Amino acid sequence: MTRTVIETQALRKQFGSTLAVSGLSLSVQEGEVFGFLGPNGAGKTTSVKMLLSLVEPTGGSARVLGAPVGDRASRARIGFLPEHFRFHDCLTARELLRFHGRLHGLRGYDLEARIDRLMDRVDLLDAADRPLRGYSKGMLQRAGLAQALINNPELVFLDEPTSGLDPLGRFLVRDIISELRANGTTVFLNSHLLGEVEATCNRVAFVKQGRIVRELSLTDSSSRLDVELVVTPLDRTVIDGLSQLGQDVESTPEGKIRLRVTSEAVIPDIVRWLVSRGRDVHAVHSRRKSLEEWFLDVMGDDQRPG
Amino acid sequence: MHAVLTIAHLTLAEARRRRIVTAALLCAVAVLAVFTTAVFFAAREDARSVTFIERQALFMFLTLAGLYMANFLSVLFAVLLPVDSLSGEIESGVMQTVAVKPVRRADIVLGKWLGNGLIVAAYLTVLVTGVLLSVRSIAGFSPVNLTRALPLMLLEVTLLMTVSIAGGTRFSTVTNGIVGLGFYGIAFIGGWVEQVGALARFESVRNFGVAASLISPPDSMWRLAAYHLQPPLLRSAAQSPFASIGPVPTFLMVWWAVAFVVLTLLYAIRTFSKREL
Repeated sequence: MTRTVIETQALRKQFGSTLAVSGLSLSVQEGEVFGFLGPNGAGKTTSVKMLLSLVEPTGGSARVLGAPVGDRASRARIGFLPEHFRFHDCLTARELLRFHGRLHGLRGYDLEARIDRLMDRVDLLDAADRPLRGYSKGMLQRAGLAQALINNPELVFLDEPTSGLDPLGRFLVRDIISELRANGTTVFLNSHLLGEVEATCNRVAFVKQGRIVRELSLTDSSSRLDVELVVTPLDRTVIDGLSQLGQDVESTPEGKIRLRVTSEAVIPDIVRWLVSRGRDVHAVHSRRKSLEEWFLDVMGDDQRPG
Repeated sequence: MHAVLTIAHLTLAEARRRRIVTAALLCAVAVLAVFTTAVFFAAREDARSVTFIERQALFMFLTLAGLYMANFLSVLFAVLLPVDSLSGEIESGVMQTVAVKPVRRADIVLGKWLGNGLIVAAYLTVLVTGVLLSVRSIAGFSPVNLTRALPLMLLEVTLLMTVSIAGGTRFSTVTNGIVGLGFYGIAFIGGWVEQVGALARFESVRNFGVAASLISPPDSMWRLAAYHLQPPLLRSAAQSPFASIGPVPTFLMVWWAVAFVVLTLLYAIRTFSKREL
């Protein structure tokens, strides 16, 4: 049975007169890679901080790994990479990981072996004994990612994990998230990079002005398949008939007809139905709606670049 | 306890590589060099000195001057070393990755307190040892009651270090530095007001000075330490501007200083535990 790893109800945070998060209710299941999307200032980072007990909620409730937020035993099973990962820059990456490992109560050979494995995984093994102050931004971000995984967590919060990374670094992070997903680790991912979210997440939530405005499954393709047809003659009968086979049927001024269907299997049924009604089908295009398009649709026109 | 030691260990490891520690050590070397040279010349001139009492008074005066400087440098170090220990990590965001670990916020404060406390205590000990070794090896002079005086000086710097740590849970780094030094300023002026009031027999002035010392007790620890370092005969024979010229604080003030450290530390833990990061 799938376990709920994160559950919030009407979580709210107000800073003075500014409402950063208003009534956040969400549920993340074990093993999910959950994308948390929204423009700058939507309250994503504040939400993560509340789930990690770094910020006290003004209202609402939340449970993480089955315990109230902030529970110490639960925190031992959580990893976290903050948006702007900062560090004790006089330390080497190995010392940094040793410090964070010790805060998790890890010691000795196990800890050292884990540090070597993680340094290798984030491709920093050759730089592990150099001070962090000499690292590039991308190297620091990868060291931060290794820090988030030092305790082999069941739940990882990654806040903009690819910020500052070059394309190779991004691929590496994407691979690591895929590995975490394969191992059953739950990942809560805050990111602006929609392509990255699309490639790694099972499910996403769009956040606007501190509230979830839409949730979307990325593994369930049905919600995202758009079909466009060129049919003659195009009349009311066609539109009404296709409404039985899909949703949001509309005709365009160019004489095309668009609808959303539940799966690819419906497309031959559509064509058969049209032919049986004596219509000529000149073209059929099916296309999945990209996450970027979803983002623009959901956020609406009132958003300005952050 | 385990987390406290890990944080303290990190504080010590960081200190080894921080410029403030190097700068403080260079200052200590410079001050000790000047002091040792002064003692050397004084010892050479001393050959022509006349009485034993005068000789003792001279070296007592010099020793108190050296210890006063050791105390003053340690006071500055105690305020400035931990000034960004918490506030800097809160401002930079470093604290976020530490605070989400399975540790109590109190452990973080106590770890920082322990680590910084060890460094400040070591610094004071090095300076005091340097001063004492100089006068002893060059002039064969040793002040009395060191086992009473050194703990009082350690208590003074611990108190200031604790105030600096506590300030870091609430203020930004620069503000915290100003508050820490201002706190010592109250102690310093309070001590002098108390003594001047006592000497002039102005009871209200003296009481005001005592009240200032209660608000900020560090300087009274130095005055008590300096009092103990002087043999009773020399206390009256050689009045030094570096020691108490009037009445000395009572031993109750020591207990108040200890309580002050504990209360300030509890305040730091409480404030940091509620602080949003």
